[in-house]
Order: sequence, then C-alpha cells, then structure tokens
Amino acid sequence: MDNAVSVRNVSKSYGEVEALRNLSLDFPRGQLTSLLGPSGCGKTTLLKIIAGLIEADSGEILVDGKTVTGPGPDRSFVFQDFALLPWATVLRNVAFGLELRGVAKAEREETARRFIKDVGLAGFENSYPHELSGGMRQRVGLARALSVDADVILMDEPFSAVDEQTRRKFQEDLLSLVQNESKTFIFVTHSIEEAVYVSDQIAILLPRPSRVSEIIRPGSFRQKSVENIRRDSEYLDIVDRIWASLRSYVE
Amino acid sequence: MYLFGYKLPGMSSLLVWGALWELIGRLDLTFFVPPLSKVIVTLFSIIGTPAFLSALGDTAYAFIMGVVFAVVIGVPVGIFMGKNRLLDELLLPWVNIFLSAPLTALVPVLMVLFGFGVTTIIITTTLFAIWIIILNSRAGVMQMNRSLIEMARCFGASPLEAFTKIYFWAALPEILGGIRIGVIRAVKGVIIGQLLVSIVGFGALFELYSSNFLMSHFWAVLVVLFALAFTISELLAWLERRVAFYAAKR
Repeated sequence: MDNAVSVRNVSKSYGEVEALRNLSLDFPRGQLTSLLGPSGCGKTTLLKIIAGLIEADSGEILVDGKTVTGPGPDRSFVFQDFALLPWATVLRNVAFGLELRGVAKAEREETARRFIKDVGLAGFENSYPHELSGGMRQRVGLARALSVDADVILMDEPFSAVDEQTRRKFQEDLLSLVQNESKTFIFVTHSIEEAVYVSDQIAILLPRPSRVSEIIRPGSFRQKSVENIRRDSEYLDIVDRIWASLRSYVE
Repeated sequence: MYLFGYKLPGMSSLLVWGALWELIGRLDLTFFVPPLSKVIVTLFSIIGTPAFLSALGDTAYAFIMGVVFAVVIGVPVGIFMGKNRLLDELLLPWVNIFLSAPLTALVPVLMVLFGFGVTTIIITTTLFAIWIIILNSRAGVMQMNRSLIEMARCFGASPLEAFTKIYFWAALPEILGGIRIGVIRAVKGVIIGQLLVSIVGFGALFELYSSNFLMSHFWAVLVVLFALAFTISELLAWLERRVAFYAAKR
C-alpha cells in the first residue's frame, strides 16, 4: 500500500517520563487515520513530531519518502484551540498560511475566499474571530489548513472545543472532505465514536510509554451514507471492542 | 456619575477642586497659592511669549526623543526577553533594579558621561520610561497563546515574520499599557533632567518663576505641563482600548 506518512521507531522522553517508545505506524495516502487513546497516551506528541514541531529522540518520520527535519509545506495543521490571530479578519486568517509563503495579496485572498466558501463561512470574510462561535472559528482553522494545499492535514482534537451538534456536522463534513480532496488526514481524538465514525484506519495507542496496541480498519460501513453509519452493526461492534480494550486505562 | 438625575460629563469633579483652589487663593492664606482665575489669566498672557514657546520646544524635543528611544529599544528588548529564556535570565534582574531605582541620583553620573547638554536630558528621559516598557512587552509575550507560535512555525514563518506578524501584535495591548506608563514617567524624567542638568526648557521657567516668587506664573506653567501629560496619557489609553478587544481572546 502507498503510504503518505511513515513513522519509524520513534521514541520521545520528557526528562524521566517516557512519552513514546519505539513507535512505528503507517498512514495510507488519501485516507483518514485516527490516533485514539486515553489522555496522556502521547497522541498529540506523536502528531506534533509528525508536524515537525517537536523533535523525536530517535527514529524518523517519512513524508513521501523524505525524512522530516521540521515543519514543511507538505503538512498543515488544525489546532485544538483554533490558533487564530484575534487581530485579523477571517479572510486574513485563512490567507495567513499563504501570506507566510510569500503569495501575493490578490492571489492569496482569492484562494482564501474560495475555501471560506467551501467551509460554509461565505459572508463572514471581514468578521473577527471573537465575533464567531467556536464551531465557526474551527472552520476558519480548517480553511487555513486547506488553503495551503498540503498533502497531509494534521488535526489535533479539532472538534473537542465545539458543541455536540456542531461536532456531528463537522464529522459529516470531514467525511466528504476526505472523499473529495485527495489528501491524507491524521486525526487525533479521544472520542471512540468519533474515531470510528470518520476513520479509514484507527490506531489505538496505549499509554506510559505510548505504543500502538491495535490497528483497526473499518470495512463495510465506509460506503454507507452518513445517516446510516451510526446504526451499522460493524460500527457498533468496533466501538464496543475499542471501549473494552481502553476501559482498564481509565481511572 | 449622576447628580439629581442629570448625567455629569467626565471629570466634572475638577470644577469642585477648581472652586476650592479659587477659594483658598481668595482667602489670601499664603502667597504660594494665588487664586485659580489669576493663574489662568497669567497662563494666557505667557502662553504666546517667546520664552514660553522656546521652553515648550526644548522640552518637547527632549521628551519626544527620549520616549522614541525608550520605545524603539524597550519594545524589542522586552519581546526578546519574553521569547528567550537565557536573555531573560541575564537582563531581568537589571530591569527590575532600574525600575525601582531612584534614577534622579544617576543624573550627575550621566552629566559626567554625556556632558551638560540635551543628550543627557534625553538619556534621563529614556531611563525613566524604558524599564516599564520592557517589563510590559515581556509580560505580553509571556502570556500569549503558545499555539499561535506553533501555528506560525507550522506554516513556515521566518523568525522575523514571527516577530512582526505574531509576537508584536499578540503583546500589543500590554506594550501600549507599558508605553502609557512609560510616557508618564518620561514627563518626570524630562523635567528632572532639565532642572538638574542645565537650566533649560520648562525646568528653566520653573527655576526662574519660583526664585522670583512669581507664583501665578509658576502654577500656570505647571498647569500646562500637567494638562499635556494628561492628554498624552489619555490618548494612549484610547489607543489601548482600541486593541483591548482581543486582549482577552489570545
């Protein structure tokens, strides 16, 4: 199988605490892989190592066969707390990734407008982040990540700070996004249902030190329409199975 | 504030204090406090005189130069201290010492080093203003949202871009707060400098009027100076409020 991202024998310690030990994992191209695990299992650390924001102590990350040495234009990031510039409009925030890459103003704003429309925020181009709801702010973060046209989109618990209804809508939108864009998504979450709902592949991480305990690839319900997934028996089975393996780690 | 159901305009209380001043002046208790009306009349009579205008010019020049140096040096130093742990460890003790030090005592040393001219006055002004500007810029950077920094790195910001497009703006509410307090301190700095170094500008006028017991002249100049300092401070407070909308949301 063609992998967009490969993690090879990565270890990382914070002083005495071993966050990741000898972890290897492949991320198939064009698919969404979830990193799922209890809190403190190092899933965000792994995501930030892939992003190039944190350096691993040993091991390597390959993106398109090339070793990662830091952040690069082949990867973009969606932040848990949105990481928007509060002093800039939606338009400038979405275009900010392109601004940092030196794209001319007219061109980057045109691209940004297109993605603002795509994520359903048309008409809010000149609003400021504090005028938007949490869900809308994350749409801005998503549009920014998409507008730089990176092959790999890294998402760090992107829906954890939005309300439940918005979250469900996001999950549906994410499914069609994965289908329509030929991009590889790496998605960190602590919600079992969310992981099973959106993922082509789920990597279950167990903590202290973090390792991949299981990789699950949901099969039959991927092709079903969004309304029917949550009633699918395989969906329910997988949710139960993951909970059974994680419950002993929840105090 | 409301009085008998009417909304009073801001700073109406000044009228009460002004009336009290007038009353004490009229009672002729001490030559030191002439009535406010006399001070105001004097103020208008001296405000156009060449002596006053040249004092204003000298003071404004030293003040503006001093504040410009304090801002241009203080803001980047503060931001770098907030960004860089090593630099912070090196500089923070000195900043704290100078912030609370009696700087007036340093002026004679500055005179020896930089002469009896305007240079020393400008440096004195800068020394009065710069420390709080550094400290506030530093605090602004230290409390900023860490994920903004990660975001900048992720999307490939160079260190210079991170500085001008993220750190500066994220810390701007605190920076402006620091500049406002720094400017108020700079007013002290410039007058103390003028009084101690060489008798020029408003310092010279104060010296002249008080040694000749021209108390209404003395008060008139003081009123002008207070009004100027207050206006600058309010102007900066207004600027601060304009960026405050995002201060809570970084």
